[in-house]
Formats: sequence, C-alpha cells, structure tokens
Amino acid sequence: MPSALINVPRTAKRGDIIEIKTLMSHIMETGYRHLASGEVVPRDIITSFSCRYNGTEIFRADLFQAIAANPFITFFTTATESGKFEFEWIGDKGFSETASASIIVE
Amino acid sequence: MRFAGIIALAALLTAGAVRATDIPPGERRSGYSFMTPDTQAMQDDDTANPGMLWVLDGEALWKRKVGTSDKACADCHGDARATMKGISARYPAFDKALGRPVDLEQRINLCRVNHQQASPLPYESSGLLALTALVARQSRGIAIETGAAPQLEPFVAKGRELFMQRQGQLNLGCTNCHDDNWDKRLAGSAITQAHPTGYPLYRLEWQSLGSLQRRLRACITGIRAQAYDYGAPELVELELYLMSRARGMAVEAPAVRP
Amino acid sequence: MPQPRHSSRRQFLSLAGGAAVLGAVPVVTLRPAEATPAMLASAIRNVVGEAAVRTGKVKLDIPPLVENGNTVPMTVSVANPMTADNYVKSIHVFNEKNPQPNIGNFYLGPHAGRAQVSTRIRLADSQKVVAIARLSDDTFWSVSVDVVVTLAACTEEVI
Repeated sequence: MPSALINVPRTAKRGDIIEIKTLMSHIMETGYRHLASGEVVPRDIITSFSCRYNGTEIFRADLFQAIAANPFITFFTTATESGKFEFEWIGDKGFSETASASIIVE
Repeated sequence: MRFAGIIALAALLTAGAVRATDIPPGERRSGYSFMTPDTQAMQDDDTANPGMLWVLDGEALWKRKVGTSDKACADCHGDARATMKGISARYPAFDKALGRPVDLEQRINLCRVNHQQASPLPYESSGLLALTALVARQSRGIAIETGAAPQLEPFVAKGRELFMQRQGQLNLGCTNCHDDNWDKRLAGSAITQAHPTGYPLYRLEWQSLGSLQRRLRACITGIRAQAYDYGAPELVELELYLMSRARGMAVEAPAVRP
Repeated sequence: MPQPRHSSRRQFLSLAGGAAVLGAVPVVTLRPAEATPAMLASAIRNVVGEAAVRTGKVKLDIPPLVENGNTVPMTVSVANPMTADNYVKSIHVFNEKNPQPNIGNFYLGPHAGRAQVSTRIRLADSQKVVAIARLSDDTFWSVSVDVVVTLAACTEEVI
C-alpha cells in the first residue's frame, strides 16, 4: 500500500521560486542484505523520480541503493501558471506510482 | 564494533557508583532534546516526517470495512481527528473485561476481534502500525496521563520492578542506563531518559515506524537477556510504567529518533 | 557489482555475531564489500567523460557527524544563476565506501529558479561524499565532504 506525501504551496505569485517536497513510502531494499538462511534479499528500489508541471518535465532524478528508505526529495521551480504538478516514481519489480498537486498562480 | 559497544557499556556502568535514583520531574527530557538539529527538523515538519506515511495509510484503513461485521473503525468512531484526540495519552489503560492493562495496539486488536469480528493484526505489521500511528497522531501536544486509574497501581508497580531489576548476561537493569547515566553517551549515541513520548515512531536505524514494544525488546536483547514475546503482560507493564513515569510530558507521535 | 576482495577480521566478526542472533532477527546485515576509490573515480568518469572537474560553486550540506548512517539528510546547492543561457543542468552525488559509488543524479533546468536539491542518503561507513554540478556550458564543478558515521550503540541487528 504505497503512499506519497507531497508539499506544494497552494498559491504563489507569478515568478515566485517555490519549493516542492516529496516523500514516497518504499523499502529501498539494497540487494546487499542476507536472510538468516544466507539467501540474498533481492534488490527492490525506486530507480527514477520525475515531476511534470502542466505536462512539461521540470525535474528528474535517478536513484540508487544509497537513497534511504521512504525516499524524500525536495527541489525548486518557478511558478509560471496555475495548474498541476504530476509526480511519478518508477522502480524494480514493476513499481510505478503517481501523485499530483495543484497550484494557483496569481 | 559490536564488541566495542559492549565494552563501552560495561565500562560505563561499572565506573560510576550505582545510584538507581528517579529523575526529578524538573529534569525530565524527551528523547527529542538529545537529537541533532537535522533529526529534530525531520520530526518537526509533517511533510518531511516519514512517520506521516503511516498516518496516511491509517486514514485509509480507518475507513475500510473489515471482518464479518463488515464495519470500519469510522462506522463506530467517526472522524479519528475528533474522536481519537487525547486517547493515546492515556494508554496503556485498564481493561475491565480482561482485568489488566492493555496497550494501544492491543486495544485496536480487541476492537477488531470483538466489534469488527476480524483477525487481530500482528505487532509491527504495516496495518497495526498505521492504525496506531493515526490514533497516536491525534494526541500530539497533549500531556501524557497514563496510569491515573487506581486499578492500574499494582501493574505500574510491576513495571517499575522490571525497570529496576538487573537481568541478562550484562546484569543490567533499565534504570542503570536511563535513570543513572542519561547524561552520558554510549558508543557515540546519547543515552536518553526512556520517556516513550513519541510512539509509534520512525527510527532512522529501522528505516521504518516501530512500536514501543519493538524498542523494549531490542533494549532487552541489548543487555543480553531473553526478550519477552510481543504482547506479553511484562512488556505491557513496562510500557505502563514508562508512560506513567512520563506523565505530564507532551505526546510527539509519530516522532523521529536516531 | 563489487566483488568481495578479501575476508577481513571485521567481516568475520560480523558473521560470527550475526549467527548468534539468528533466532531473534530475521534479516542479518552483513557488511558487503566496500566500493573502492577506483570505483568512485570510474563512476565520476561515467558522468563527466574526459572533461575537467573544477573545485568550487557547489555546496554540500551534510552533518559532519551523523547519528545513524541509514538516514542522513543532505542538501546540494550550486552558486550559479538559473537563467535561460546560464544554468545548472544536473547535480550528481557519489560516495567512496558504500557497496556501490552512486547516490543520485538530479536533472534540473533554468526554470528551477534555484539549483538546490535535498534528499536522505545511506552511508555504510565514515567516508567522502562528492557532489558534482554540470552547468549549461558543460563545465563541471565539485565539492567533497568528509562524513563521520558513528554506529548507534544499541542497534537491533548488531547486538
């Protein structure tokens, strides 16, 4: 049951530089841990994160095993127009999750 | 590393005179105050606190119908934000039917079994952590009141006895670290006062949310004693003693700890 | 994927200690082989190619002494304008001693307004963390920070 926490300001003035914070629930299993039986726990990580602002990609990240569990990523963008931010996380074992947040730009 | 830690622990606890005295109320400090500003910041901002992911899951589970009664928590309790306010600040609480204290996890499971006619959720399962986190979140900032009921007295006393009792291969009681040496460090980590103000909480070490019982079991294993099983009366009594010892301190759930 | 180079005494102790707690803990963390400075250099080469990497412009905020290596907050910022013809294209973060050298690649553009990203990372040991920024003129700038990771005293897996 993956869930995401997104923090985007509800409103902004045109031209404002705004911070976007994202938190996604995921174990980020490194593939370097072993079960008591000696079996390796297979890698299961999010490998890619992206954010689109009214359809245009504004931020993208490649993630590796060194990103902590429940990946927290924050970045900035310029508020240009009202609309929607769409977030996407893609990873091992067919992991694919999306979330969105809207903003009113005055 | 492991052996260095044990040696440090043994050295620390044999060097000082053993006091086993209670912490004066004015000197009580939450584990929060022992953390670095970075870790504090992680707890302070709900959109940066990973524990909130479990609260979010808990909100969904709260509304989901389960069991043969086909009822959701919300069908009886309504909006958790209103009805669960202050609840976790009183747990563990006395259960009249059982004649003993139950912790918040057990209360949720009693509700599931008796009212929803669903199977109980295991400790540390994502579902039980999520529901506990949701309920505990509603008490954030509220002063802990646990242990006020007179029926709880003998159980608080038992919990205290366990806290004071030396056990395990290291022959240590909880009190030897958490009452007598809380202002010191152990292998680089702060020894805190063991006030469970923020459970369930997100430990950086676990990279997950966890219950107070998980923490207690890890501590008991740390002194090389046999940990009680999840849900054991001894663990609930220890939880009860610790929460009543923290009476008056504010709930921080879901807290973040190293 | 790194290959174990040798079985050090510390690894042996980890294995022996791990075996003692099998009953209590389902997952045992064995310290895998560390990345090498050569792997770090090669991971950086994969990003920058033959270009020179200069020191400067990049700031890496990371606690010099971390409480738990499993979750270390980190912020990278680049002192550079974010205009249409002069901006930060990407930020790349590497480590020296985790089992593999990459931490994350972050792609931005002039619309970002501010060249700054934050995340939380894992550091298996005290080590160097390197952040490199690629500017719109394809020059590379870097910073390197030493981080001390203290092992928590009462970790579940360790005891």
